[in-house]
Amino acid sequence: MVDSSIVLWGQTLAYTFYVLAIMALMGWFAWRVTQPGESRDAKPALFYSFVAFLVVVGVSLHFITYYTIPWKPMDMHRATITPDKVFNISVASHTFTLPSEKLLVSCDDKVLFNVTSGDLTYGFGLFRNDHSMLFQMQVVPGHKNDLLWQFDKPGVYTIRSTEYSGPAGVNMTLKDVVVVSCGKS
Amino acid sequence: MSFIHTLVNGEQESFKPATLTPMQKMILRFVVVGLVYYGFAVVEGMIMRLYEITPIPTVPTQQFFAIMTAHPLVGIFGSTYAIVFGTFLFLVPFLMKKPLWSIPLANWTCGLLAVGTFTFWFAGFLSEYAPLYTLYWPLPADFTQFSLWGGTFFIVGIALVMVGTVLFVVNIFKTISYTPSGWAKQPAGALIASALGLSGLQAFFSKNKKEHLVSLPVAAIARGTVDTALNAGIILFTGVLILVYMVAALLGHDLRHSAVDALLYKNWFWWGLDLIADGLVLIFVAGTWYLLATLITGKKLYMENFARAALFVELVVSWTVWSHHLMSDQAQPGILKTVSGEMVTAFELITQGLAFFITLVTLWSARPLKMTHPLKFLLGGLLGFALAVPAGIMQADLGLNRILHNTQWIIGPHVHVAVLVGLTMTLYSAIYLLFPIVTNGAKLYSEKLAVFHFWAHLLGGIGMGAFMGMAGLQGMLRRSLYVHGEFNGYMILAALSGALLLFAFLAFFFNIVMSLGLKGVLAIFTPSALDTKDPLPAN
Repeated sequence: MVDSSIVLWGQTLAYTFYVLAIMALMGWFAWRVTQPGESRDAKPALFYSFVAFLVVVGVSLHFITYYTIPWKPMDMHRATITPDKVFNISVASHTFTLPSEKLLVSCDDKVLFNVTSGDLTYGFGLFRNDHSMLFQMQVVPGHKNDLLWQFDKPGVYTIRSTEYSGPAGVNMTLKDVVVVSCGKS
Repeated sequence: MSFIHTLVNGEQESFKPATLTPMQKMILRFVVVGLVYYGFAVVEGMIMRLYEITPIPTVPTQQFFAIMTAHPLVGIFGSTYAIVFGTFLFLVPFLMKKPLWSIPLANWTCGLLAVGTFTFWFAGFLSEYAPLYTLYWPLPADFTQFSLWGGTFFIVGIALVMVGTVLFVVNIFKTISYTPSGWAKQPAGALIASALGLSGLQAFFSKNKKEHLVSLPVAAIARGTVDTALNAGIILFTGVLILVYMVAALLGHDLRHSAVDALLYKNWFWWGLDLIADGLVLIFVAGTWYLLATLITGKKLYMENFARAALFVELVVSWTVWSHHLMSDQAQPGILKTVSGEMVTAFELITQGLAFFITLVTLWSARPLKMTHPLKFLLGGLLGFALAVPAGIMQADLGLNRILHNTQWIIGPHVHVAVLVGLTMTLYSAIYLLFPIVTNGAKLYSEKLAVFHFWAHLLGGIGMGAFMGMAGLQGMLRRSLYVHGEFNGYMILAALSGALLLFAFLAFFFNIVMSLGLKGVLAIFTPSALDTKDPLPAN
């Protein structure tokens, strides 16, 4: 499965390019609108073309991500997928309780993280050692909070609550508790 | 003229408060209140920016989160609501050429916004009440972490703001529809239908086209006001719910938190909050862009009927878009995530993109234009939304949300760029444009300070959003603390950008005070000597 860091890299590139382009456009417009020139009313065709462009961009983003980000369809259809491993995790009083001291995962396993809250709304996220995020979900009390993920390379991950649950929840971190190993690695 | 003389009497003594009508005094009061609370929000923002680099020893962690709780509420209700409400209470009668329905009611709105904001801010400051503005259930009623009394006064403060908001809503719709004394009977129903877009919708399916009874800016104000009203209802209801738990606890009863479904509550509350973020803000901003573009150019708006229709679409979109805030809630039905969260949200790219395009084409049609302060701030506002809306559309995707939700990306490139660059620069454009009108020609103290204000605000706002966004893409969470300097590179740069925003505001505030003079500022709060309901003096 494509790593989330690759998706973030692609997003960074795309958005940076867009930001530079729109800032250049506005800078050019600000300069040009003060210059003498022929003031013609824009034709409606220009307007309709722009509307069509926005519709295509707005809708196509979601189709493109559906077919290029592997966890998106997997998440939408997770009820019909049988996981290779299930970890039942509970949270209460700002503390995660894991089924074992370390959560051991084999490469290419589809792992279901099933997290329940006994009191407040929390978050559940896995983070790499460089603090970047692998994934996250919300953990809402009284509801099922499950997330299916396929790990395809070895690594060690930290669990951290990704939702504010009061000042007491700032340090809800379990360091290096998810261990993914591939083959003999 | 000496500095002290100008400080006391204003630039060249050109501001003469005795000539102000009650309507002019009313809008100026709103603007002063709004600017003071904007100052609160900027200082709070700077404290948080510094705290994100390294915790300040004199500020406990709970106080940090109490500041984070009050900060957006002070910014939205104390500042933006005050400036927007005051401006619209002035503009609707001004544009419709009829008196405001009730000037005293408008002054009550101003007072309630000012007192309500101070109440919840002070309650939060003293008691460190910190459930954040999202109030995810049952956090606001978690009395093991938060003060019961502090929370009670906090909610009462919010309720006062909402009561003031309801009075604003009543005043706007009554002004549109009522018949002033001595006038021929006004078609109240038809005026409201035109303002809300119902007659326009009817005309769309009919061959019998009629002229719109209210102008486009008034229609934008009316439609945004619908969302303002609905939002006030949601927040008031939620406040009462939380107060029930608080009062019960004060009386010694511990009500069960599970009596309220946390996910249903989250849907309910986000539906209401999105009426601000994805409703009235976008509608009001688009309407303000159209008004500013036509006033700056003196030309008719490009594709005016489509602009009007887009405002109607935006209103409907704002009622159906909330689920993009719940894309990481796994119990949220998938159909809501896809339809409301992804597809309907994409309409915001379309409606806001059209407003952007229509405004630019209208400006272009009148070139060459002089690069005045209103024009440059309007262009800044347009750029702000051009940056922030696509950032929001990206996070409203089920794939990307999995790795962006609750990171600094959300609050940086999306929220702060939208609010600080997009919304605030649009408001500044309106303030610079209306300043000579509502002050009867008072002279601006310094053109150079206004230019500094523009560049410092633009660069500070975009810079802060950008560096927060970069940290977010590296995994830095919002609503959290990193005490080991994990993201200090980005946070230092964001703080420097934040400092630019602070200096920009100080320059602007100083410029306005020096223009009006301290005597003039104080005189705004005394009753007008003129007995008229007209927005401007007769001569």
